[in-house]
This record gives sequence, structure tokens and C-alpha cells, in this order.
Amino acid sequence: MLRLALLLPFLGLLWLPFYDRIEPSFLGFPFFYWYQLAWVPLTSLLVLLVWKKGARS
Amino acid sequence: MTAQAPGPAALVVFILFFAATILLGSTVNWWRAHRPAHGADKSEEWGLGGRQFGTWVTWFLVGGDFYTAYTVIAVPALVYATGAFGFFALPYTIIVYPFVFLIMPILWRIAHDGGHATAADIVRARFGSRPLELAIACSGLVAVMPYIALQLIGIRTVIASLGLPGEIPLIVAFVSLAAYTWLGGLHAPALTAFIKDIMIYIAVLAAVTVIPLHLGGYAAMFATAAAHLPRPQGNHALMAGQAVPYATLALSSALAAFLYPHTLTGVLAARSADTIRKNAVMLPAYTLLLGLIAMLGLMAHAAGIVTTHSSSVVPMLFLAIFPDWFSGFCFAAIAVGALVPAAVMAIGAANLVTRNIVTGRGNDVGAARIVAFGVKLGALACVLFLNAQFAIDLQLLGGLWILQTFPALVLGLTRIRFPARAMLLGWAIGTVFGTYLCFQDGLKPTHVLALGGVHQAVSTGLLALLVNIGVVAVATLLVPRRRTETTQPV
Repeated sequence: MLRLALLLPFLGLLWLPFYDRIEPSFLGFPFFYWYQLAWVPLTSLLVLLVWKKGARS
Repeated sequence: MTAQAPGPAALVVFILFFAATILLGSTVNWWRAHRPAHGADKSEEWGLGGRQFGTWVTWFLVGGDFYTAYTVIAVPALVYATGAFGFFALPYTIIVYPFVFLIMPILWRIAHDGGHATAADIVRARFGSRPLELAIACSGLVAVMPYIALQLIGIRTVIASLGLPGEIPLIVAFVSLAAYTWLGGLHAPALTAFIKDIMIYIAVLAAVTVIPLHLGGYAAMFATAAAHLPRPQGNHALMAGQAVPYATLALSSALAAFLYPHTLTGVLAARSADTIRKNAVMLPAYTLLLGLIAMLGLMAHAAGIVTTHSSSVVPMLFLAIFPDWFSGFCFAAIAVGALVPAAVMAIGAANLVTRNIVTGRGNDVGAARIVAFGVKLGALACVLFLNAQFAIDLQLLGGLWILQTFPALVLGLTRIRFPARAMLLGWAIGTVFGTYLCFQDGLKPTHVLALGGVHQAVSTGLLALLVNIGVVAVATLLVPRRRTETTQPV
């Protein structure tokens, strides 16, 4: 069941209405760019979480 | 802006780094500390590095061969030409990792236990069908050939930016690549991937810190770039109608990415399934880099670079901003960045030919070397005698073709017993349908669907894959099963 968490990056990145916008910008980066860049470490963490939790159970 | 001719410093630094890398890669087998312990299977040593690559080597190797030199040239070029739309490479290279994490350790396990080195090997073992094996092998081969040609074009682009005209530099680059693969096998790119990646990291990190400083910070950079590009409506980042192509291209690219012979070779050469899982966590570091590389396309606008030849955007930007010697260093990083994937691609292609297409000599490393050489020669001929656009078009079609191997390779892992004939039929119809659509649309990656009066562009590869899977599903229900092809153990 935990593996379903791996669907989150697909939802977050393939549904464009979530992030096809300029504002609010962050450190000079429009929302469109920093939102997608933020998914990089987030996805990494999700995969790590699913792997470690899955291995324990 | 006209192309500035860099001074001799650029050329000297370029040659120094490029030659050192070639030398190091070619001689890898003479000084590598642990020689093949078993010594029995030379072909596995040459073609898969003896399946002994640990976490770090795999990270550098897969990173070096998935994020190619062509990426460094082509992604910023697309961003330069289309603005935000070009960033679809970013979601693509993020969602690919959950997929890698779930699927690739299973494929690695099957390949390891069965002694397989290619996708077609795995499919043959699963379905016991020679025609299906051939279909998968041919898709892989034709998909990877234009990719090699694009790497050579990447090398040619930077050499041309150094002010060296003509085809001689390209031939020199080709000979270097050939020697390097012939002598080093998969160990050559595995080793030089370290050098390539460190060089690329230095070049890109310097670019994304120094260039915005020149241009007055990121906010100013984005604002200036936006003024040079078509303006989307309201608060949107993408133009109207670009959202669906953006998402579907990201998805189809992500599903196709690790079906290619070169990426799969990198994965199968890992030491263990956990090596791959660790890499699914660590490889996104390159995606961060890719996001920054993509921004070079926007920075070029902000730096006032004007060109119709968008693939020279990155070299022009470097020459405009950096001192000559550092431009030379960056160009060497790109050229070495082309060698690593081109070598892995040629090895992946050679594995396919010797193991799946011309069978019976699977363990002959000499044959694999000759095939790898032939494949590269073909790519060189393509670049020299046909135009570069041909390689680019063929690479687009290759992405579509390789995606049609998804059902056999990935759906074949599920508990559902698909008959080989159903898989073959789906592959054939998906490939023909997708190729037809692509030609109808003038070799564009998206096809416009008219659904209930709404016109929407969608990734053609994804459409073809849906047709493919639909055919497989229907045929699985209709085709009477034969015992022999459904009871093959995995």
C-alpha cells in the first residue's frame, strides 16, 4: 500500500493546473520552475521512504 | 550577435581534457586494479562490466549515459526556442525514478539469474518466442542508432564553436570513440563517466551562478527572457493548449527512457538489485542539474544571444560570458559527455546484435567489438552524408519505436500470462500506427486529436502505446493459448 505514495510525483507533475502559473515566485524563480524543481528532492525522499519502510515490513 | 572566435587558450584546454579522457578510457584494462576474477566470460566483461558495478559507479555510469551531451545542447535549445514548454524534460526525468525503483530491480534479478544482457534476452526467456525477441531487438537497435549520431553531432557542434571547420575534427572524434570502446568495453565509459560528470557539474554550476550575476540576478533574468518569448495568457507559464502536450510528452519519455539499450545496459551492469534502488534515490541529483541546464536557454535570451540555429545557443552563451580557457573547458565537458553515452550505446547495440539478432556466437567478444564499431560507423556516415535533421527525426521516431517494447518488457512482468503472439501483434500495430501518425504530422512528437469538438495535441508515442496495449489485451482474450508459450518460467 505504501507503494501508492510513488504515484504522488505523477499526480503532482502531470496535472498541469497545479503549477502552470508565474506567481507566487520564490527567490526570483516563477512558480512554474521552483515547483517542479522542488519535486526533485521530494521524489527522492518518497522513493527512499517507500524502500526503507517496505524493506522493514 | 555574431559567433565570436575564441582565442587559442580555449582550443588548448579543450584538446588537453579531451585527449586525457580518451587515453584514460582506452587504457582502462591495463591498469584497472581488479581484473576479471573468473576470466571465463570475456563477453560479459566487455559488454556488462562483469555485472560488478557498485552504487557509485552505477550512479556515474547511468547518469553519464542518460543525461547525454546532446541533452546539454538540445534541452536549452528547445527552451530557447519555445520558453517554458522546453522544460518538460524536468518532470520527465523526475517521474522516471519511481518507475525505475519499481521495475528495474525486477528486471535486474531476472537478467542476473538467467544470464541475460539485453531486453530481448529477457523477453525471449519470458515468452519463449523467437519472433518477439527479434522484434524487441530490432526496435532497440533502430532506436539507439540515431542517438549515437546525435552524440557525434554534439561533438561537432562544440568543435565548430572552437572555430575548427570541416569534417576532420569529427572524424578525429570518431576514431577516438572507436578506440576507446574497442579497448575498454563498458569499463571505459564507466571510468570516464566520473571525469565527464565532474566536468559537467563544474561547467554548469559556474554557468548558473556567474551568468545570472552578469544579468542582474534570477528575477531580472526571467523577466528579460520573458520579454523575448511569446507571452502566455494571464498568470500562466505555458501557452494555451501546451499543457496536455507537456504532460503527455513527459510521461511517454519517462516510460521509454529505461527501455533503451544504453540505459538498460547501465542498469543490468549493476552489482545488485539494491544498487539500482539506491540509484533511484540518488540519480535525481542529475535532474536538478538538468533543470539548471535547461535554464541556460532562458539565460541566452537574457544575455542577448540571437540565433536561428538554436543548437549553438549553449556554446555561444559560454563564449559570450566566460573567459576563453573556461569556455574550452566547458566544451571539453560536453565532448567527453558525448563519448560516454555513445560508447554505452554502441555496446548496448552490439549486445543486441550478437545475442539476439545474429545468434550462435553470443560469447564472442571479437564479434561484439566489430558490431559496436560497425554501429558507430553507421552513425558517422549518417552525420557525414545525410543531414543532421535526419538523425533528429530518426531519434524522434526511435523514441516512439522503443516505447512499443514496453508491453513485452514491463507488462510481461505481471502475473497475467500474455501470449507471445498477442504481444507481437500489439508491437507491430503500435509501431506501424505510431510511425504513420508521425509522418502524417510532418515528424512532430505530438498528434492533434479532435474529441467532441475539442482539439488537443497529445504525445504520439503515448497514443501508439495505448493502441499497442489495447491490441495486446484484445488479442490475449481472443487468441487460443498454446501450452508451450504460456508455461515458460521466468
